[in-house]
Amino acid sequence: MLTVRIIPCLDVDAGRVVKGIRFQGLRDAGAPDEQAALYEAQGADEIVMLDVSATPEGRSTQVETVRKIRARLSIPLSVGGGVRSSEDAARLLGAGADKVGVNTAAVANPGLVDELAARFGSQCTVIAVDAQGRPGGGWEVLVRSGKEPTGLDAIEWMHEVVERGAGEILLTSWDRDGTGEGYNLELLEASAEAIRVPIIASGGAAGPAHMVEALKAGADAVLAASIFHYGEYTVAQVKDALASAGLEVRR
Amino acid sequence: MSITGREVVLIDTGVANIASLVAAFGRLGRPARLSLDAREVREAEALVLPGVGAFAAGMARLREARLVETLRERIAAGRPLLAVCLGMQLLCESSQENPGVEGLGVVPAQVTRFPSGARVPQFGWNRVVPGEGAHLVEQGFAYFANSYRIARAPTGFAASESEHGGSFVAALERGALLGCQFHPELSGAWGQALLGRWLVCGGAPC
Repeated sequence: MLTVRIIPCLDVDAGRVVKGIRFQGLRDAGAPDEQAALYEAQGADEIVMLDVSATPEGRSTQVETVRKIRARLSIPLSVGGGVRSSEDAARLLGAGADKVGVNTAAVANPGLVDELAARFGSQCTVIAVDAQGRPGGGWEVLVRSGKEPTGLDAIEWMHEVVERGAGEILLTSWDRDGTGEGYNLELLEASAEAIRVPIIASGGAAGPAHMVEALKAGADAVLAASIFHYGEYTVAQVKDALASAGLEVRR
Repeated sequence: MSITGREVVLIDTGVANIASLVAAFGRLGRPARLSLDAREVREAEALVLPGVGAFAAGMARLREARLVETLRERIAAGRPLLAVCLGMQLLCESSQENPGVEGLGVVPAQVTRFPSGARVPQFGWNRVVPGEGAHLVEQGFAYFANSYRIARAPTGFAASESEHGGSFVAALERGALLGCQFHPELSGAWGQALLGRWLVCGGAPC
């Protein structure tokens, strides 16, 4: 039986981790490889690195950052942010990413999903979906870091990308992201009902109780950034809480 | 280029995410090199058959590089081989993924799809229980990414098992031959230790 997965997310800008970090014992708290290794030691099941670089110059360090993290990390590494083509994906996979996440580029060119799945396999192809609630019900897909509505229904879009070969969905509730109010359970339930591939829940976690809710609502994995970065919880503490709630975790 | 005794040779199956295996051997202090050269594949002290993707494409690559007989001979001679994920499936006779395509046939088994009802692909960490006679695999959690599997332990191998829609073969061992359905290079400290044990075993029977 598969365990549920806990996935810390590193937001990286020009090769440096952004968002505050309050860990003890890191030689360089802004170094992505240091932080990834620390999360692995705490029991993280996977690491997501999201490149949030605002400029092409900042993003040009991405491959080198992936290589540095890979050299130290012995758990899966998923990389997203700014991936526009299968060539971009090939560079990241060649540097040591195990999966590549695509968001905006997949909406602009859905054929990219087929291309990635055919060239690298579904197990490498993660589609990131940013979903925002619609006034009349349901959810709409946003792109460009939430700035641009697309008119696409999120559930239909997830269904389409899975048909095209996506192996996993990283689903962020844009309504909840950064609020600490918990994951969007209604969205997770509807998504888990609609698609067969694993879903990583993202957006809104303030603690282990929110993670338990999301996993029970149908998520296969939960992603969080702030609660780990600010040292509010370690991954090990979260796993203890999940195990107490009856979920199987890797420890 | 000649191969030094410390060098691990990875058969270049043309998949992009081989970097994780190279990095894992690097952490064990062993340089790794990709190769499709029959002589290097024959002579390497420690040889790895990696692979993700489809069964037919994996076999086509081995046939094109004229490595099928080389691999069969090497395995028959008991030389060290680590076969990972699709690599382990290629050791079998055939796969439901591409009916009619002949595998290496050194493991008497057919590869079949997970039963309906099990979430496919199997993506994530699963508990591995060492089989009788397993000397390399220990109890622990391993990282899997697969849609097909060997359902039952084949004769002649120590088979460790996991559960996903029923039990399936997580790893196979015979002497210095180790087949892993999971990715030891992505299975944390547990996987790293397994790679280390295989390398130690690699030189001589253990």
